[in-house]
Amino acid sequence: MEIDLSQFSQVFFEESLEGLESMESELLKLDIAAPDPEAINTIFRAAHSIKGGSATFSFTQVANYTHLLETLLDEIRDGRREMTSHHQDILLLSVDLLRNMLDAVMHQQTFDDPMLSELEQKFAAELNQVHSPEQTPNEPETPELTTWQITFKAGTDILRYGNDPLLMFNELNLCGELGVELLPQEIPDFTQYDPEACYLTWSLTLTTDQPLSRLKEAFEWVEDECEIDYQAHTQESATPPTEAEAPSEPVSQTDTPNKAASPVKPSVVSNKNQDAGSIRVSIEKIDLLINMVGELVITQAMLGQIGQQEEMTPESFITMKQGLEQLASHTRDLQESVMQIRMLPISFAFNRFPRLVRDIGQQLGKQVELILKGEDTELDKTVMEKIVDPMVHLVRNSLDHGLETPEVRRQKGKPETGTLTLNAFHQGGNIIIEIIDDGAGLNTQKILDKARAKGLIGSDEELSEEAIHQLIFKPGFSTAETVSDLSGRGVGMDVVLRNIHELNGTIELKSTQDKGSRFTIRLPLTLAILDGQLVRIGRHTYVVPLVAIHESLEVPTAHINRLSEEHEVVRLRDEYLPVLKVYEAFNHEADAKQIKDGLVMVVDANNDKVGLLVDELLSQQQVVIKSLEDNYSKVPGISGATILGDGTVALIIDIAGLVGLAGINSTQEHAA
Amino acid sequence: MKKILAVDDSASMRQMVGFTLKTAGFEVTEACNGDEALTQAKSQDYDLVISDVNMPVMDGITLIRNLRTLPNYKFTPLLMLTTESGSDKKQEGRSAGATGWIVKPFNPDQLLATVNKVLR
Repeated sequence: MEIDLSQFSQVFFEESLEGLESMESELLKLDIAAPDPEAINTIFRAAHSIKGGSATFSFTQVANYTHLLETLLDEIRDGRREMTSHHQDILLLSVDLLRNMLDAVMHQQTFDDPMLSELEQKFAAELNQVHSPEQTPNEPETPELTTWQITFKAGTDILRYGNDPLLMFNELNLCGELGVELLPQEIPDFTQYDPEACYLTWSLTLTTDQPLSRLKEAFEWVEDECEIDYQAHTQESATPPTEAEAPSEPVSQTDTPNKAASPVKPSVVSNKNQDAGSIRVSIEKIDLLINMVGELVITQAMLGQIGQQEEMTPESFITMKQGLEQLASHTRDLQESVMQIRMLPISFAFNRFPRLVRDIGQQLGKQVELILKGEDTELDKTVMEKIVDPMVHLVRNSLDHGLETPEVRRQKGKPETGTLTLNAFHQGGNIIIEIIDDGAGLNTQKILDKARAKGLIGSDEELSEEAIHQLIFKPGFSTAETVSDLSGRGVGMDVVLRNIHELNGTIELKSTQDKGSRFTIRLPLTLAILDGQLVRIGRHTYVVPLVAIHESLEVPTAHINRLSEEHEVVRLRDEYLPVLKVYEAFNHEADAKQIKDGLVMVVDANNDKVGLLVDELLSQQQVVIKSLEDNYSKVPGISGATILGDGTVALIIDIAGLVGLAGINSTQEHAA
Repeated sequence: MKKILAVDDSASMRQMVGFTLKTAGFEVTEACNGDEALTQAKSQDYDLVISDVNMPVMDGITLIRNLRTLPNYKFTPLLMLTTESGSDKKQEGRSAGATGWIVKPFNPDQLLATVNKVLR
């Protein structure tokens, strides 16, 4: 039967990557002095599974390498070897290497990282042997016909193991001509006879051209319990060939290298499934969905029945109203459960940080304790994938610029080991992710000097402490005096900010000198649905993401100042805010063309505040986001569209994009 | 139709074994570990159990030992999936009551040959 193994390889890649992840996290948690046997077993099992799978799917390179890991781990597991931190290091490096290796296999590329041979040598040195690819012993073929006389005395227990002598004889019968004879045996007295035991001995005569090893295969599972004797009578020669000294014919000589070479052939992976994102969903969640669909069907049947009635009676009207209420409730539940499918605990994102923090801490000579909180907090898979990079950047930043070296900390009277906390929790339809360190905090004077030197602010401009902190999010800002290997890779905090805004999220920063910094990221739980404020401008309805809105207010004329022909600002308590006239930016009519006639909605734009001039506030509701790019094309200032209850289309405003479109410089914040 | 219970914690191996055997006309039930398999085996009689050895929750050897205590599995063929490095496991499996073993890596043809050998 031809079975294409490549159809299973996608699952293999997924489970292998998961295996590597658990291997990594167990390795990081491992207490070298007293390793937990269960942890070692988990690490071993991951390596073992990857090896087994890769060998089955002919990913020879991966199989050979994981064999080294497996061997080492097996010895540690059995107590033949003690776990050392060197082992931990090479195993962690192996995790990285295997990730890359699997990635190469997945994309059908050859993998030739010099790290591979380097690590192989380290393992070889450790295992005290030179690694050579496993070779199956060459099987010399004996084409001559041999008659074998086999005496087979079955072990008394073989039936109890599910073995059956008849099946073994069948197997032998496939090799040649078989004669079976039951030898007279001592069968115990009836009183001592165990009906489940086997007391028999057979004499078998087999004429075959197959080698002895092939015959032994038939008895492979029972050879330890049974007495088996093989006597050969070669028909051409008198000496029976044994396994070791069987003459090798030229035919077998040419055959063998071919066989050995075959596993080296590059494996072919089917293209179609590659990178097709998939998600694992618990059966519980699916059952819940099916349950709700069932409820929906019942409600539909109920409403359908009313629809078929000739006339509407007061009773049926009440039933219909009840039905519609049920429908609304079921639809809401169904929506929530469907969203749940895409939800994963944030531990998937948090898991990479223990390793990252350990490596960077070592590199910088800093002692860091990482605390993870709220790992079970769930969020959308896509949001999670997109938030990881900004988080990595913030964590690197905290380690590099925030936390101090042990000596500095000692001088400051702080504990030598700094703490870095990642915290996640839900708050009103949003997920909050906090990155908190107890390091040096932001140095406001240094930031101010730098911003002045770079011309980001005027030389005599005075800023509030909060406003100074915001400067680090400006494009082209870097506080590190020398660009280090870690942060400052040309990717600044402005990119972090942009990434978070793309997710309709916000980021806040609180920092106290010598006490530490706290970055708070607020994100919607999903990208598919948005909590929006509906606003009317002229004939058009727009949706503004609720998360970005601070407040909405009418502004008295006295608080409106005109800066230039197009730019107006309003005074709001002690701040001056630029006001953006949305109708102008989108070039259509509006009722309120002057600020005094409409409402000013104060929103976040790139961590500054901006006022949007709108005619009227409508309702707040959750809207399903439809992509404009997929259906039309990208429109500046618009992030998407949605369909409202009455069937009209409302556009969702992309505030940062709109601000860019209107050409407003939103850094008008002044401390009064 | 002969019923086979395939036990492995690795989804890809389970799929491969399951698919191969189903294609060959067997009825296959899959289980992720020994514990799940034992529950399955109690609810239904299988003609053959193929189990991985190293699994979380309950390993294959414990599974085999437990199965052999059930009256309906006294003589049922129970096969282990082992790797060459786990050769000592063969002995352990045998004393637990395993019928035999299939050595990893194996291809679908090798798997079928072995299954046919015990179910013929």
